[in-house]
Amino acid sequence: MTTSWNRIPRVAHAAEVTLNRRGQPLPGASHPLLAYGLGRSYGDVCLNPGGSLLHTRDLDRFIAFDPDTGRITAEAGLTLDDLLRFAVPRGWFVPVVPGTRFVTLGGAVANDVHGKNHHHAGSFGEHVRALTLRRSNGECLEVTPDGTPDWFAATVGGLGLTGLIETVTLQLIPVRTPWMRAWSQRFDSLDEFWELDARAEREWPYTVAWIDCLNPGPRGEIGRGIYSGARHATTAPARNQYREPRRAIPLDPPVSLVNRVTLRLFNQLYYRQSVHPTARAVHHLPWLFPLDAIRHWNRIYGYKGFYQYQCVLPPHAQKDGMQALLDAVAASGQGSFLAVLKRFGDRAGPGMLSFPRPGATLALDFPERGNETEHLFRRLDRIVQEAGGALYPAKDARMSPELFRSGFPRWEEFASFVDSEFSSGFWRRVTK
Amino acid sequence: MNRLQSVVILGATSAIATAVARELAEHGARLFLIARDGERLETLLQDLRVRGDDASGTRILGTTADLADIDAHADVWAQAQEALGNNIDAVLLAWGTLPDQEACNASVATTLEAIHVNGTSGIAFLARIAPDFEQRGRGVIAAIGSVAGDRGRQSNYVYGTAKGMLATYLQGLRNRLFFSGVDVVTIKPGFVRTPMTEGFNRAGALWAEPETVARGIVKAMRRGSDVAYLPWIWWGIMTVIRLIPEYLFKRLKL
Repeated sequence: MTTSWNRIPRVAHAAEVTLNRRGQPLPGASHPLLAYGLGRSYGDVCLNPGGSLLHTRDLDRFIAFDPDTGRITAEAGLTLDDLLRFAVPRGWFVPVVPGTRFVTLGGAVANDVHGKNHHHAGSFGEHVRALTLRRSNGECLEVTPDGTPDWFAATVGGLGLTGLIETVTLQLIPVRTPWMRAWSQRFDSLDEFWELDARAEREWPYTVAWIDCLNPGPRGEIGRGIYSGARHATTAPARNQYREPRRAIPLDPPVSLVNRVTLRLFNQLYYRQSVHPTARAVHHLPWLFPLDAIRHWNRIYGYKGFYQYQCVLPPHAQKDGMQALLDAVAASGQGSFLAVLKRFGDRAGPGMLSFPRPGATLALDFPERGNETEHLFRRLDRIVQEAGGALYPAKDARMSPELFRSGFPRWEEFASFVDSEFSSGFWRRVTK
Repeated sequence: MNRLQSVVILGATSAIATAVARELAEHGARLFLIARDGERLETLLQDLRVRGDDASGTRILGTTADLADIDAHADVWAQAQEALGNNIDAVLLAWGTLPDQEACNASVATTLEAIHVNGTSGIAFLARIAPDFEQRGRGVIAAIGSVAGDRGRQSNYVYGTAKGMLATYLQGLRNRLFFSGVDVVTIKPGFVRTPMTEGFNRAGALWAEPETVARGIVKAMRRGSDVAYLPWIWWGIMTVIRLIPEYLFKRLKL
C-alpha cells in the first residue's frame, strides 16, 4: 500500500500510474489525480484516497546544466540525492535542502521546503527559475517568477494541486568542497537558545537546535538542548574521505520501539553527546541529513505509524509560544524523539501556501497513541492558533479546516489555480 | 580488468540499460545507444550528456532502430562502429519484452514472436558482431538474460525459453571467443522494479532496483565475469530451483 513517510493514514487509491515520459497525456479523469514522488512528506498531502496517484520517480532525467552559471534543468522526479551526487563534485550545491535528500525536485517545489539555512537562503522556491506545469486539459504552462508570477506563486508550495510539475530549473550555489565547518554547543533553556541564535545566525548560514522535551534544564524548565551552526568549508580536511554508514531498520517491530522509557533515555543520551564548540570539518551528508544514514527509520514506530507536528509562530509570539508548546508536550509525558527548533529568516516563502515565514518553527514527532495523541495535538493547536501561527501541510495528517485557513489566509486565492482534475486527501480535508 | 571507455548499448531505454548508461556516462565513457522510440532516446541522450559533461553531444550518441528487425542489424552495427571510431570496448544487449504467457498459450504466432524478440534476434546480432571482436582480440560482449531461462515454469516459460536459448548461445560463444581474449558475460537479473514488471506485487526483499542491478552489470563487464546473477542471491535461489527433481517440479505452481 502506498503511504506517506509516517504511514498515517493508510488509504486505498483507485489507480496508480507510473509516468515515464514528459508530455505524456495524463490518464482520463474518472478520479482526481495527484503526483507522488518519494512519499517523504507526512500525512495525506501526497495521498489521494479513492483517486489516482501519478508516480514520478521515473521522470528523473537531467535536461540541461550550465557549468558556468550553475543553473540546472531536470525532470521533477529527480531526487535531491541524485542532484547532489551530480552537483557537488562539479563545485555546486543545492541551495536549500530539507532534512532528507530522498525527496524529488517536484516535491521540494510543491511543499516549498526549507532547510537549516532558511535565515540565510530562504525557502526552496526562491531558487526556482522556471518550471513546466502540465494541466489535465493537456496544456503545458511555462511558469517563471517574472513571466507568470501568479502561476508561480500558486505552484510553489501549491501541494501539487495546480497540475503535474514536469520539469524544474534551479539555480545552484557554488561550493569549494563537500565539507562543512560545523560547531555545536549545549544550552540550558530557551532563553539561552534565543540569545545564542541571535549571535550565531549572522555568521553561520546553517543553524538548527535540538530540544530535549522530556528532561528539564538546571533551572527546572523545559528547553535545554544542543545548538549547531555550520557553513560550507572553503578547503577539505587532510583526511577527506567520507563513507556514509549504510544502516537500515530491516522490518517493522511488532510494537513501537518509541515509548516513554526509550524516549527519556534517548533524549538524555542525545543531550549528553559530545559537543564541539569550536568549528571543525564535517562532511555535508551527516551534518545536513543525519537520519538518511538509517534507511527506513520510520519503521521504529511499528506498523501503526507516527505523527509529525510542525508549526511556525510569528516573531512577536515565538518566545512565549515555544515555551508554552514545550511545556504542554512535557506535561503530556508523550515526549518527542527529535524536537527541532529553528528560527526562520525575515522573508515569507514565494508561494501563496508557503509555510516558511518570519518567526520560529518547531518540529516534533509522536508515536500514534490514539486519543491521547489527538488530545495533546488539540492543546498544541490552541497555542499555535492563539499565537497566529500555522501548521506545515507537508507534515500534517489531522489539522482542522479552521487552523488551515487561519494559517494560510491566501488559500481562497490559491484555490482558483487548482487544476479541476487534481486533488489530495489533505486538500479535501482542509477545504471541507 | 576491461576498459569500458566506449560502449554500445542496445535497447538503451529499458530501465536497466538506462541505469548502466548513466553509470558509464558518469565515468566519462563514450556511448552509442540504440532504442526503438526516438523521443525517449532523445531525452535519455540529453540526460546522459549532462551526466557525462558532454554538452556538445560528441561523445554520447545514438540512433533509433527496431532490433527485432534483423535486417536493421548490419546498419546499426556500422553506425555504432563509426560513431565510436572502430574502437568499441564493449557491447551490451538489453532489448526485450516480457510476454504474457497466457497470450502465448493461446497463439503460436505470439509465442514465436516473443521467442524472436527475446532470443533469436539477440543471437542474430551476436552472430554478426562476434567475428569483429574475434579479429580485434579484445573487448566484452554482455547480454541480459534472465533467471527465468534457468528452468521452465508454467507461468513464464516462453520468455524462459528465449532467455535460456540466449544463455546457451552465449555459453558457446564464450568458449569460442575465450581463445581470442574476448569476454562474454551473461547477465541474469532476478526481479527488478522496472516498467516491464509493473503490475506485479513488487514488495519484498527479492525485488531489486535497476540501479543496483546496473552497478552489478558494470562490475561484471569490467571483470569479464562469465555469468552474473544479480543480485547474487539469485545464484543460490536458482541453484536450489535447478536441483528440484522434475517429477516434483512439474507438480509445483511457480
